Amino acid sequence: MRLDHPISRRSRAQGGFLVVAVLMGLLGVAFFRAQVLRSTDWVLQAESNRLRQLDVPAPRGTIFDRHDDVLADNVPGYAVVLLPDHRDTIRLRLERLRPHLGLTDARVDRLMEQARAYPRQPLTVKVNAPFVEVSVLEERKSEFPGLYLEMRPRRRYLAGEALAHVLGYLGEITPTELEESLYAQDSLDRYEAGTILGKDGMERQYEKTLQGRRGSRFVEVDVLGRIVGSFQGSAGKEAVPGGDIHLNIDSELQQWVHHIFPDSMRGAVVALNVEDGGVLALYSSPTFDPNDFVGGIAVGRWETLLSDPARPLFNRSVLGIYPPGSVWKLATAAIALDLGVIRPDETMPIPCTGGMQYGNRFSRCWNAEGHGYLDLLGAIRHSCNVYFYQLGLRVGLQRLLEKGTEIGFNQRCGIDLPSETQGLFPDDTTYWERTPRFGYRATEGEVMNLAIGQGPISQTPLKVAQFYLAIARDGSAPPPRLLKTEEPPEGGWSLDLSPEALEIMREGLRGVVRPGGTAYMASLEHWDLMGKTGTVQNPPNPDHAWFAGIAGPRGGAPEIVVVVIVEFGVSGSGVAAPLMAKTADFYLRRKHGIPVDSIQTLGEHYMTGTPAPWAATLTAAEGDREGDREGDPEGEGEGLPEGAGQGAWE
Amino acid sequence: MIRVFRAWAGAPPMVFTVLLLSIFGVAMIYSAGVLNVPSPVTENIWQRQLIWFLLGIVAFTAVSQIPPRWIEWAALPAYVVGILFLMATLVIGTGAGTAAGVKSWISLGGFRFQPAEVAKIATILALARLISARREGLQNLRELVAPVALVALPLGLVILQPDLGTAMAFIGILFAMLYWGGTPAPLLILLASPGLGLILSYDTMVWSGYIIILTLSLFFYRYRLYLVESVAVVLANLAAGTVALPLWLSLADYQKNRLLVFLDSTVDPRGAGWQIIQSKVAIGSGGLLGKGFTQGTQKRLDFLPEQHTDFIFSVVGEELGFLGTSLVILAFAFILLRLVRLAARATDPFAGLVIFGIFGAWITHIFVNIGMTVGLVPITGIPLPFVSYGGSFLLMSWIALAVAVRVSQEA
Repeated sequence: MRLDHPISRRSRAQGGFLVVAVLMGLLGVAFFRAQVLRSTDWVLQAESNRLRQLDVPAPRGTIFDRHDDVLADNVPGYAVVLLPDHRDTIRLRLERLRPHLGLTDARVDRLMEQARAYPRQPLTVKVNAPFVEVSVLEERKSEFPGLYLEMRPRRRYLAGEALAHVLGYLGEITPTELEESLYAQDSLDRYEAGTILGKDGMERQYEKTLQGRRGSRFVEVDVLGRIVGSFQGSAGKEAVPGGDIHLNIDSELQQWVHHIFPDSMRGAVVALNVEDGGVLALYSSPTFDPNDFVGGIAVGRWETLLSDPARPLFNRSVLGIYPPGSVWKLATAAIALDLGVIRPDETMPIPCTGGMQYGNRFSRCWNAEGHGYLDLLGAIRHSCNVYFYQLGLRVGLQRLLEKGTEIGFNQRCGIDLPSETQGLFPDDTTYWERTPRFGYRATEGEVMNLAIGQGPISQTPLKVAQFYLAIARDGSAPPPRLLKTEEPPEGGWSLDLSPEALEIMREGLRGVVRPGGTAYMASLEHWDLMGKTGTVQNPPNPDHAWFAGIAGPRGGAPEIVVVVIVEFGVSGSGVAAPLMAKTADFYLRRKHGIPVDSIQTLGEHYMTGTPAPWAATLTAAEGDREGDREGDPEGEGEGLPEGAGQGAWE
Repeated sequence: MIRVFRAWAGAPPMVFTVLLLSIFGVAMIYSAGVLNVPSPVTENIWQRQLIWFLLGIVAFTAVSQIPPRWIEWAALPAYVVGILFLMATLVIGTGAGTAAGVKSWISLGGFRFQPAEVAKIATILALARLISARREGLQNLRELVAPVALVALPLGLVILQPDLGTAMAFIGILFAMLYWGGTPAPLLILLASPGLGLILSYDTMVWSGYIIILTLSLFFYRYRLYLVESVAVVLANLAAGTVALPLWLSLADYQKNRLLVFLDSTVDPRGAGWQIIQSKVAIGSGGLLGKGFTQGTQKRLDFLPEQHTDFIFSVVGEELGFLGTSLVILAFAFILLRLVRLAARATDPFAGLVIFGIFGAWITHIFVNIGMTVGLVPITGIPLPFVSYGGSFLLMSWIALAVAVRVSQEA
C-alpha cells in the first residue's frame, strides 16, 4: 500500500494515538500516585527537609535577698550553635568556624564527640560568645551554613565573690548526674545532655525550682542548612522561666563582710537573725567568682581553683570544723543550767589558782596567776578554765555527752545547702574506746577537756552560731535557713533555761567587751554587744581565732548572732572580735536607720584618733571584782591540758 | 499585515494551546526565580524567556509565510549546515551552568545557541525527504540503512558533546519517522533490539534468554527477512552484549550514578539520588491542589535542582498540585494528538513525515522530561518544550511548530 493512501495513513495514525495515550496515561498515573495517593508521606518529608526544631532556652529563676535585692539574674547572651547534620559536614563547619571563635584542637575533638553521641541535637559550639565574635558571624552568616546564633539567657551573679559559697555556681549536667533519679525522673523532663544546672549552693539546693522549662520552635532552612526564617506553621512550645527564690541573706551585709574580711586570711563568718534563725550572711574566705563558671569555666581557671592550697571552693562556714575552744564554755554552762546542777549565782568550791589538781593531774588555767573564787558570770567573763573544769565534773561525762548530742554537736544543723559537715562530738562514753586516736576507756576526767571546748570536739562555725542563737533567744534554736519562708522552719532544739540564767550568761558575755574584758576594743557605740573569744592552738601553725557574739539595741532583745573564725588568726579578741562587731554594727545600723560608718569599734576610734565619748558610758560588767587582773590584751592564751588541742579542724 | 493575520487565523487550535503553554512557561520560570535565598541565576530570567517567546511568535509568523516547497528544498542544505554546526560545536563549543563540562553551545557575538536544536529540525526535514522519495515505504532492513545513517551522523556528534538528552530526541525522531515511513513494527523492534540487548546484558542469564528468544523469533519471522539481515541482527545483539561492559566503564561517574539511582534512588541520597528525591518530595508534597503559585517550599529553599530548566515540572507539581500537572499533561497530550492527526491528514508524504518527526522529537522530550521528575525514567538533561527555560530551544520549538503547520497547509 502506498504511503499516502488515506487508509494506510489512518492506520499508522492510530498507532500514534495509542503511543500518546499510553505514554501520557503513564505520566498521569505516576503523578496521581505521587500527588494524591502518597502525598502525605511526601508532605512529611518536605517538612523534615526544611524544618529544624530548635530549643528555646528558659531563663533560670531569679534569686533575691531578704530586701528583694537581686542576687542572681539573667542577661542576654549569645551561643554559637550548629544545626544537626552529617558528621563530616559538622567537622567541616567547625573547621571553618575555628579561626573566628578561637577553638582549640581539644575543643573541636570534644565537640565532634558530642556530635557523634547526639547526632540529632543542635551542637553548641560556644556559649557566651563575645559580642565581637557574634557580630562578625552574624554579618557573614551566609558563609556559615548550619550556623545558628542563639539568644541564651546568661547567669549573672551581682554580688560576685561575696556570695559565691551561698549561691554556688552552674555547670553542664554530667553523665553521672543524668542517671541520678533526681534528674532522670524529673516530672517535667527538663534534664538531658547539655542541660545547665546548679552545682553547688542555692543553685543546687533549689535547682528544681530555679530550672525553667525549655521551649522549642521551628526554623526553616535552605538546601545548604542556612536558616532562612522562623516557621509560622507550627507554634512550637513556649519556654517557661524558672521559679524565683527569696533568701534570708542580706546582700549588703554579705558584701560588707566580704569587704572587711582580710583578703589574705582564711576563715568564715556566719550571721543569723535572732528572730527566726534565718541566715543573714554566710561567708567563707578565700572565695571565688561564680561568674567564672557561667558558660563553662576555663580549664586553667578551674585547675587554679582546685589546686589552690587555700581551697577557695571550700565553704568553711558549713564544711570546715574547728575545735571550738573557749567559745564552747557557754555550752557547758547552758547544759549545766538546763540540768539544774548549778545555780547561776553559785560559786565553785575550788578557787582558780592558775590551775586545778584532779586525780593525779594538774590542769592549768590560761591565767597562771589564777582567778580566785568565781561565779558563773565571772567565769564566763574571765573564761576561767578551773571554774569550767569543776562545772564539767559536776555535770558528769555521761550527761554532758547526752545533752551535747541532744543539741546536735555531732549532727548537722540542717541548713538548706547541698552539703554540711557534721560536728565532731562523742555521742557516748564508748567513743574513747572506739576511736583509734584514743583507744582507752574514758575516764571521768575527759569531761574537763570537753567542758572547755577541747578534746574530741570540732564544730562548724554555723553550729557554733546556732548554739549562740539559743542564748540570744530563749534557749531554743531553730535550724538556720537560707531560704526565706512564711512559716518558721521545723526542727531545731531547745534548752530549758530560765530568763535569769540566760541573762547571767549574756551578762558574762557582755563583760568580755566591756572595760576590762578581753574584747573591749571591739565594743560599739550604739549596740549592746556580747561575745566570747576563743583561741585554738593549732601547732605547728599559728592559732585559730574565734569570736562568737550577739548584738542588739541597748536595753532591747538581741537581734543578730555573728560567729567569726579566722584560721591562723592568732587572737580571738584582736582579729575575730572586731570582725564580728563590725558585721553586727553594719547590720544593726542599717536596720535601725543609723548611717553606716567605717570607724565602728572602739579600737578603730583609738587607731584613727576619732573621739569616742560614748566609751565612757560603758562600765565594767556587774559583779566584776575589784582589781581584776587584766593585762593580756593579746588574748586569753589558754593553756591546753595534755592530750588536747590537736588542732584538727576538718 | 493581512498575511500575518492569516497565519494566525488559519492556525489550528494546537497553536493556541502552545501559546498558552509558552505563557505558562514564562510564569513558571518567574516562580522558579522566587526563592528565600539569594538566587542570582534564576531571579530575572523570566524576562529573557519572555523576549525569546516573543521572538518565537515572530519566527512562527515568518515561517508561516514561507512556501512549503521552499521548506522541502531547504531540507538538504539545512542538514549539511546542521552537521557543520555540530562539528563546529565539538571544537569551539562551550558548556553552561550546571552542564559546564559539555560542549553544547556556540557563542556568536554575545548570542548563544545550541546547534543541536537546529540539527534536529534539519535532520527531520532531510529524513522526510529521504523516506518520502520511496512511495512504498521501508520494507526491509537494508532499506533502513540509509535513514539510520542519516540520523546516526548528528546523533553521534551529539553524543560526543556529550548530550544524552538530545541524543534521545534523535532516536525518537528516527523511530517515529521510520514508523510513519511504513516500516513494519517487527522490523522496528529488530532495529531496537541491539539497544535492548545492551540494557539486558547487566545479567548474563537474562541476556542469554533474550538472545535465544530473539533468534527464535527471527526464525519464525524469516519469510520477511533475508538471511543476511537475520544474521546481522543477531550479530548486532551479540556485539551489544559484548561491548556492554566496556561501554558501561566508559560512562562518566555521574552517568552511571544516574542509571543506578533510577533503579533505586536511595543508593546515594546525598549525591546522585538527591535530584530525584528532592523532585519527588516537591511533587508529592504539592498534593491535589499544590502549595500555590510561587509558594513551593522545596523550590523557595533551593532544594530543587535545576528548577528553571530540566526540573521546571517539579515546580509545577509542587505549586499547582495534581490539578496543575494533569492539566499540563493533558495540554501536551492534546498537542501530540493534534500533530498525529495533522500528519494523518497530510496527503503529501513529505509533510506527513515532517510532522511526525516533530511529533517524535516532542513526545520524547515531554515523556522523558516529565517522567524523570517523578522517577519514571532515568534523569537525563532534557528540557520540556515551551515550558523549560532556554532561548534557542523555545525559538526552535516555535519554528518547528510553524514548519509542521506550514507543511500541513500545502495541499
